[in-house]
Amino acid sequence: MKEWMRSGTPWVWLTGGAVAVSLVMVLGLLLMIGVRGLGHFWPSAVVEFDYAQEGQQPVRVLGELSRSETLTAAAMREAGHAVPEDQEIVVRHLIKRGNRDVTGSDFVWYLGSYSSEWRYPSDAMVLERLTWGDFIGYLREYREDGEVIVSGSEARQAFEARLQETQRMVREIAHIERVEIGAVNREMERLRLVERGLNLRDELGAAEREQRQAELAAERAELDAEYAALQARRNDLRSELRRYSIVAEVMDGRMQEIQLGEIVKAWWPNDMGFFAKLGFYGQSFWDFISGFPREANTEGGILPAIFGTVMMVMIMSVVVTPFGVMAAIYLREYAKQGPLTRAIRISVNNLAGVPSIVFGVFGLGFFVYFIGGGIDQVFYQEALPSPTYGGPAIIWASLTLALLTLPVVIVSTEEGLSRIPASIRQGSLALGATKAETLWRVVVPLSAPAMMTGLILAVARAAGEVAPLMLVGVVKLAPSLPVDGTAPYLHLDRAFMHLGFHIFDVGFQSPNVEAGRPLVYATALVLVLIIIILNLTAIAIRNRLREKYKAESD
Amino acid sequence: MTETKSPLTHAVDPSLLSSSRAEKLRLEQEAAALEVKNLNAYYGKDHALKNINMMIPAKRVTAFIGPSGCGKSTLLRCFNRMNDLIDAFHAEGEITLDGKNIYDKRVDVAELRRQVGMVFQKPNPFPKSIYENVAYGLRLQGVRNRRYLDEVVEKSLRRAALWDEVKDRLHENAHGLSGGQQQRLVIARAVAIEPEVLLLDEPASALDPLATLKIEELIFELKEHYTIVIVTHNMQQAARVSDYTALMYMGELVEYSDTDTLFTTPAKKQTEDYITGRYG
Repeated sequence: MKEWMRSGTPWVWLTGGAVAVSLVMVLGLLLMIGVRGLGHFWPSAVVEFDYAQEGQQPVRVLGELSRSETLTAAAMREAGHAVPEDQEIVVRHLIKRGNRDVTGSDFVWYLGSYSSEWRYPSDAMVLERLTWGDFIGYLREYREDGEVIVSGSEARQAFEARLQETQRMVREIAHIERVEIGAVNREMERLRLVERGLNLRDELGAAEREQRQAELAAERAELDAEYAALQARRNDLRSELRRYSIVAEVMDGRMQEIQLGEIVKAWWPNDMGFFAKLGFYGQSFWDFISGFPREANTEGGILPAIFGTVMMVMIMSVVVTPFGVMAAIYLREYAKQGPLTRAIRISVNNLAGVPSIVFGVFGLGFFVYFIGGGIDQVFYQEALPSPTYGGPAIIWASLTLALLTLPVVIVSTEEGLSRIPASIRQGSLALGATKAETLWRVVVPLSAPAMMTGLILAVARAAGEVAPLMLVGVVKLAPSLPVDGTAPYLHLDRAFMHLGFHIFDVGFQSPNVEAGRPLVYATALVLVLIIIILNLTAIAIRNRLREKYKAESD
Repeated sequence: MTETKSPLTHAVDPSLLSSSRAEKLRLEQEAAALEVKNLNAYYGKDHALKNINMMIPAKRVTAFIGPSGCGKSTLLRCFNRMNDLIDAFHAEGEITLDGKNIYDKRVDVAELRRQVGMVFQKPNPFPKSIYENVAYGLRLQGVRNRRYLDEVVEKSLRRAALWDEVKDRLHENAHGLSGGQQQRLVIARAVAIEPEVLLLDEPASALDPLATLKIEELIFELKEHYTIVIVTHNMQQAARVSDYTALMYMGELVEYSDTDTLFTTPAKKQTEDYITGRYG
């Protein structure tokens, strides 16, 4: 035994075991969010069964199986559920019934022991709607202008054909509302601010002021006309949409009329082959990452959150790299090494350990209120009291995170600088280079890979940070992206959405927990993927730099 | 053979000495490239060079020999003020180059180092292409003309006897070269800015015998154009390549004369002891 201890074998096992455990944990994490997140988009089958509790009329249940649980009967009874007397173990199923508008709650538990055999009716239809969540039922009639056009099994064909058209119209309405009317509104707001600014400036003569105001009024009239035209177009589309509807039967036999304008997608999951499901799956996933959120973020896509996350990380990188590199160069190359530099270095290292929420508080106080407020006072006086830069904004979030990740960049850049061999520096100096020339031509390029390492660590930390962002820039729902078609195209003063916060919001702040649950995993998966992509990009750049400045010492 | 038979038992084979040359070298007849007057140098409190007075002859090879820590490298690094990089170092006295004291306050050190090039013990090419290594000094001076750069790079590499080996891969990383090639590349890099003096600090000590031989041949050719000062541990090397040799010991210049004399009929007992291998 003693021999075995001395041979070093236990250490091999111990260290190897640590690696194995870490690997299993990381892979397990990825696998879990991968499976749960990706599974959400697979069209699950719709089940139908009759549910007869003792002493009650049997009801028909129709819905998707969300998950099943096995519990002891005693625990169920204690929780106040009626369970048959003779059972020890009960199985219960969480059924997504949809139809929140008809039946009230869309996720309901059913005990396996009261259920009849499960059926998978091939004509069970699922609709994704703009409001009220999914609808699950049987298509009965297709109507135009309230008249029944087709009923029975042929209704599906007519409905699907018409749905293509209405979806196109829905997209057009969305475009008009989001882009065109949005542009008009922003232009109006600009005019309003110009007018307010005009009134604030006293030096203008009365005649000139009047002239300017007349000009503004003319512009405004033009915009009003434009707005009216857009609105008319939108109303036309809306009334056209209102002509078409379907009638479907829900699980308790009631008939429900649904307008086609409300329907985003329709599918018959029990009637789909594997490849049809695969195509549907791809489409759903694409809609998820390329769409805008709806229904308090529990429906629709996460495009604004993806966009906001990536853009924030990029702005942060652009800010943190030069600052960190400069600071590191000063500390390592110019500053006299002594107690003061040592103290600074220790402080910088400790800064990395400060809880991120503290940075958030600092960002709110310094960036948002002080700097942002100051900018508003000086440049955006006419918009006050509503803030322009003095509120949550992507620029302040990026700066706060830049501050948060500055130590990482400084430390790794310093590391890189100290690893450049003295002989290389002397070689440059001996050729008549000054210290600055040596730095910029030899030392800094050579330590570029180390700087990239710092940036990689910074990106990894920043992309996953949520707490400080809630104070300085992230919102639950941002009306517009930080980049759009109106000048100056890049709107750093806008609040933005972030995947990390989106996870928190959908998972824990949403009114419909069950509906949000799969989205939490899907969003987490996207966040992890984005961090991986950002990191891989940075690593690829670093490896190219390494190759370029390959030295023996590496 | 003008040499008289030496009574000494030599550490150095007399046939190594470059004594086959026509005229006998005389230090007093040489034109001075560098003159050292009353030079004292200190590392903090450590007195590293003690009252050195010497003259480095132009377009000749001067070797500094002596045991480790004797100050020969310190003296060499005084010539291009490389010692300035060490915080605790300071020097007193004068070194004149072209009649100007290089330790004068008004001297631009970068300019000085352009006139006095240096090659280090370990090859230290930059991790850039061969071409960029050679062009580095010129680029520092702001030369942009591609054709001129090409010319200088070729000329310098030819001078360093490296051109034929690298002409097809000028744009590959210099770290792909062998140690001996790297050292010649570093010499080409130093030569490219046309210095007056070339300082070689044990240039062959990290190289194998074959590469060493090439460097020595190169030194022999380079002295046509440049004043060369070489520090070496290897007495055979000093005897082979140098015209003049200085022996240093404990920061003092023990003896300095033409290489033949120093190795065959040294004036001092200390020199004789050193070159016959009794210490050092």
